[in-house]
Amino acid sequence: MTDTVLEVADLAVEFPTEDGTVRAVRGVGYRLGRGEALGIVGESGSGKSVTALAVMGLLPATARIRGSVRFDGEELLGLSDARLSEVRGKGIAMVFQDPMTSLNPVYAVGYQIAETLLRHNPGMKARAARERAIELLGAVGIPSPERRVDAYPHEMSGGMRQRVVIAIAMANDPDVIIADEPTTALDVTVQAQVLDALETARAETGAALVLITHDLGVVAGHTDRVAVMYAGRMVETGSVEDIFYTPRMPYTLGLLGSLPRLDREEARLTPITGSPPSLLHLPPGCPFTPRCPLARDACLSAEPPLRPAGAEGHLSACHFSEELVGTGAEEVFETAGADSEALARFADAAPLNTPEEGTV
Amino acid sequence: MNPTTDLAGREPILQVRDLVKHFPVMSGGVVRRRVGDVHAVCGVSFDLHEHETLGLVGESGSGKTTVSRTVLGLETATSGQVRYQGRELTELSRRQMRPLRRELQIVFQDPYASLDPMITVHELVAEPLRIHGRYGPGAGDEVRELLRLVGLNPEHGNRYAHEFSGGQRQRIGIARALALRPRVVVLDEPVSALDVSIQAGVLNLLMDLQSELGLSFLFVAHDLSVMRHVADRVAVMYLGRLVEVAPARQLFARPAHPYTQALVSAIPLPDPRKERARKRVPVQGEVPSPVRPPSGCRFRTRCPKFADQLTESERAACVEKVPELVDRGGGYPVACHYAESVELL
Repeated sequence: MTDTVLEVADLAVEFPTEDGTVRAVRGVGYRLGRGEALGIVGESGSGKSVTALAVMGLLPATARIRGSVRFDGEELLGLSDARLSEVRGKGIAMVFQDPMTSLNPVYAVGYQIAETLLRHNPGMKARAARERAIELLGAVGIPSPERRVDAYPHEMSGGMRQRVVIAIAMANDPDVIIADEPTTALDVTVQAQVLDALETARAETGAALVLITHDLGVVAGHTDRVAVMYAGRMVETGSVEDIFYTPRMPYTLGLLGSLPRLDREEARLTPITGSPPSLLHLPPGCPFTPRCPLARDACLSAEPPLRPAGAEGHLSACHFSEELVGTGAEEVFETAGADSEALARFADAAPLNTPEEGTV
Repeated sequence: MNPTTDLAGREPILQVRDLVKHFPVMSGGVVRRRVGDVHAVCGVSFDLHEHETLGLVGESGSGKTTVSRTVLGLETATSGQVRYQGRELTELSRRQMRPLRRELQIVFQDPYASLDPMITVHELVAEPLRIHGRYGPGAGDEVRELLRLVGLNPEHGNRYAHEFSGGQRQRIGIARALALRPRVVVLDEPVSALDVSIQAGVLNLLMDLQSELGLSFLFVAHDLSVMRHVADRVAVMYLGRLVEVAPARQLFARPAHPYTQALVSAIPLPDPRKERARKRVPVQGEVPSPVRPPSGCRFRTRCPKFADQLTESERAACVEKVPELVDRGGGYPVACHYAESVELL
């Protein structure tokens, strides 16, 4: 896809704190083609949400932001708030994890959709905006939208509220929708409904999608390309097939191996030992080194850049990515569980409790 | 964790029969009156066998956590029986229950809220031993051994819970539960607060403990993929009732209840080609209020079969008659008048 709608380059975000500087995002870059869906995955603290907030200009004033975010060729970083408000909603729309933080509790949902419409379409009449609001509610799968249009957010369930947020996001026909963990708080049957609503929004508006999630299953079904984040950087990007079938970064491989699967019986999962590093005092070298089974001296001195790894457009940030060709997670990672010696001693030491006769 | 084991004919270690738990809904104002009931658990029956992991799965509000808490006597049952090794637990006083608590332990969901922040990890694990008068000479070594067992460094015993990551805290919770050498452990969403790379280690630990120590697990979770991995048998709950109970392999390969089918088909698979080629069973709406659950089959208001496939006269049964949880020809119990196995994976 040559027609780029959103281009992020060398994005870095730092938060000064009393203990030092937290380097939340350390040089993230991606191009989003028109109509394309990009999944950004990573665990808590990997910087995936901060990246999205930086793109939208929604970070607190204390954050130090460097790099470039270009929407349709226009640089967004450093733009005035007034101009940014034009872009937000009409050019780029956002769906957050918790719909209660994006909806105003004291206004009916129809009013809030109409408000978005009127804000970006000065000539629009209130009646037309209300009609359109009802249409949008119907489009995202809310039953009897002509009645629901006057409901308040608290009268709706979580899944219904998230669909209202999606209706607001698609209201002004945006070119990009950024969805940050849009289904994380929802039950799985409701998650499926909300993801369907998101697909509808994309189909109707032709918008490109940035889907931020920790759920690899959601990414597999709804995106064309995937970027994996770790410790504030992208450590692997590629087509959804590249990432899921031929991962070339040990972290990605471990993540896939640690997932229990509904569609197969795996004898053992491959946990990644340890925890992600603190972004406060990041040592030099690859941040995954302390948890990586392939790590050696070279990993401690230099942080590997994203480099081509196999198929076109598949990049990985690992000095030894070629060693992963043709391996599975269980060959690289240990499948540790209990300490086997301690377990054997514990099992031998004393029998499990047996009912004590006559105590009751 | 041995799905091939034939469980029939073995005496269950825990039997739950017709368990009911209602919570009162009180009115506001000066004189608070009972204006209704939350029907959290309505007539749930199941067996847990020795060396077995029984998964209890359902969405929020299904009553799965209430079942697990009521089984242990942490909530008082409104009615029904809980028999542990033939002994009725619901009639016991707190005092009478106390010695049995050694044998029935629980691991809670939130490793941040369930550990006392004011005492060291060594004391956290020693606490159950002290309470039950088992902290004698050599108990210090026992605690260190427990920490080692769950994959923690025993030299870190003098640290506090907040110094540990979520996964490590959950291991502390597991060490506490194991300290008294229980036979039955209730695991209430033990990994749902953890990132996947950490979750996998805790799941491996639990499976090792179970197979080596021969524990019986009642594993409560909302994540079907986790269930598929750990459970021998799975019981699916919806709005206070069990809708289907089957060996894990069968349940996920060929679910027979429309709700189980909807659940299985809603789980996204981390495999792009498979995920895009799958058959879906979409369900409408969300779980109704447990204060006024639907008559007859509680799933009928969202059931795709009820909405699209049944005739008017067939639907009458769903509205009027509560479907019993019985074998309807598929080899295991399903609570649907029109149960029919479907392959979804």
